[in-house]
Amino acid sequence: MSPRLVPAQRDATGRRDRPLRVTVDGVPADGIAGQTLAGLMLASGRTSWRRAPSGAPRGLFCGIGVCFDCLVTVNGEPDVRACRRRAVDGDEVTTHSRAGHGDADGPGRTAREER
Amino acid sequence: MTVPAARRVAVVGAGPAGLSAAHAALAAGARVTLIDAAEEPGGQYHRTVPETYGPQRPVRLQHGWRAFERRRRRVLAHPRCTWLPRTSVWALEQPQPEHEGPPRLHLLCAGPADGAGRTRHTLDVDALVLAVGAHDRVLPFPGWQLPGVCTAGAAQALAKGERVAVGERVVVAGSGPFLLPVAASLLDVGSRVLEVLEANTAATTARGWGRRPWELAAQAGKAVELAGHAAVLARHRVPYRTGRAVVEARGDGRVEEVVTARLRADWSVLDGTRRTLAVDTVCVSHGFSPQLELPLAAGCALDERPAPRCGPAGDGGADDARKSGRSGSLGAFVRVDEQQRTSVPWVFAAGEITGIAGAPSARAEGAVAGWSAATGGSTPRDPGRRRALRALRRSRDQGRAFAERLARAHPIGAAWPGWLRPQTVVCRCEETDYGSLCAAFATEAGSASRVAKLNTRAGLGPCQGRICGPTVAELRRRFLGDAPERPAEGLPRADPHRRPIAQPVRLGELAAPSAPLTDPGRRPEEESSS
Repeated sequence: MSPRLVPAQRDATGRRDRPLRVTVDGVPADGIAGQTLAGLMLASGRTSWRRAPSGAPRGLFCGIGVCFDCLVTVNGEPDVRACRRRAVDGDEVTTHSRAGHGDADGPGRTAREER
Repeated sequence: MTVPAARRVAVVGAGPAGLSAAHAALAAGARVTLIDAAEEPGGQYHRTVPETYGPQRPVRLQHGWRAFERRRRRVLAHPRCTWLPRTSVWALEQPQPEHEGPPRLHLLCAGPADGAGRTRHTLDVDALVLAVGAHDRVLPFPGWQLPGVCTAGAAQALAKGERVAVGERVVVAGSGPFLLPVAASLLDVGSRVLEVLEANTAATTARGWGRRPWELAAQAGKAVELAGHAAVLARHRVPYRTGRAVVEARGDGRVEEVVTARLRADWSVLDGTRRTLAVDTVCVSHGFSPQLELPLAAGCALDERPAPRCGPAGDGGADDARKSGRSGSLGAFVRVDEQQRTSVPWVFAAGEITGIAGAPSARAEGAVAGWSAATGGSTPRDPGRRRALRALRRSRDQGRAFAERLARAHPIGAAWPGWLRPQTVVCRCEETDYGSLCAAFATEAGSASRVAKLNTRAGLGPCQGRICGPTVAELRRRFLGDAPERPAEGLPRADPHRRPIAQPVRLGELAAPSAPLTDPGRRPEEESSS
């Protein structure tokens, strides 16, 4: 099984969820207000959303904004750390790939450009 | 008569150390600007679910939450405090020679993380307290780049901060007491923790903690906290194994199994002890790396602190010590004096950047730093204050002693590179492997770390060497010995933590004008009265 959000009725914090929906490469993904994009993507069944220069998949690593392995494009803004950005209803997330760009500088062309 | 203007103090980082520094500086009469990248104070230690979760009982699990909450309220509500959440310090600018004082702060304020359109500001103060904390240090091993392998800190941040379980079948591995609260957080969100693996042998850990037990008295709170986590593990029947580590992760596109192995005291693998275990997630931490970009940008001197060898001669540890050879390096920390002053005038440091010692020690250091920053380190006239400051310094010193024992009980064993294969990724960003690094070190030109960096690209990716920097530096040292590097003319000493731009800033944000934030902590109604 994959990562998941503790169901609200079983969560000892007694939270009251406000659902929201984003899209990841055009596919809808549901979450709740307050989640980071990384938390949302993990809990909605994605374990990776970025490709390293060799094309190898990458997912969440440090979780606190240090490793830059979780970069995504959000509403056209590239290189956003998914572990630090709170999801907003309607966010359009595009995944990154650094594959096939040789020594290309800087992170991330979007996956869409790759195909 | 004119009252001398209150000192303006900026505190960067609102975790246990920074919040405590702000609190002390306010108590000493300063105007304080408290800066943090997060929405709420607390840092990694006091992380909790966001307000938007609408929590009814948010703090069930937190150790020392009440005292933290009290301090948080007092600081944020204080009329002389300006609180800047969601703000990054992206650069520190050295003052002109004729100006006395700390560097100028360049801020990106009030915006979504990495979002365009944050506002750029500068801030000039009389004293600067750096309390930026640390992040997990993870040593490379084959397969550590697979999705599903994450830091212990990531697992905890998601559990405590978002109520997300990173996986269902989880192994927590590495070294240090931090593995316990991480495992407890995972259990709390419903993960199955298969085992917790401490790489150091029971003998190493016992020897490290066991010496001079009286030094631990002040850290009793920490012991109670750890005992609580251990009890949670016991209740869930989670095995805690010492002298065992995850030495490989395998899987197709994500981690599916790990290979664990028994280790000697120097972390070399004992033959015939490898076991594979099906998992969907591995959470790893081999210790912590202090976040040194801002201290270095401020020009603060660092101390290289070598790890103690595993065990002294004569108590059964001699054999281990001989086998372990050169000790692994713990890395560099900011040098501070009794008053938490760094080597740079009017720049103070507190918390994990001066040594990894945990929250109680960070709070004590923060309070001393806050007082020093606000007063210039003068001895308070009020006897009560004097006593309080003495008690804080004592608590800080005990914290330092605790840090030393922690390092001794959970050192990084010198033989860990034995886990690596030539094709093992060392720099995650650029996928530089161990074989290429060794080849680069082996060439004469490559022995200068800058040249090796340009040849192999290790440390040149998006994370700018934050993750691999200390590892590459350590591998280089092992390969070439401790011979000092030839200095390059006109360049500062090569340092894996040197990053002139401390946090990512967008070109559009750079191009936009920057407005100074004047007179931090001063509310409009105060202007006329002073």
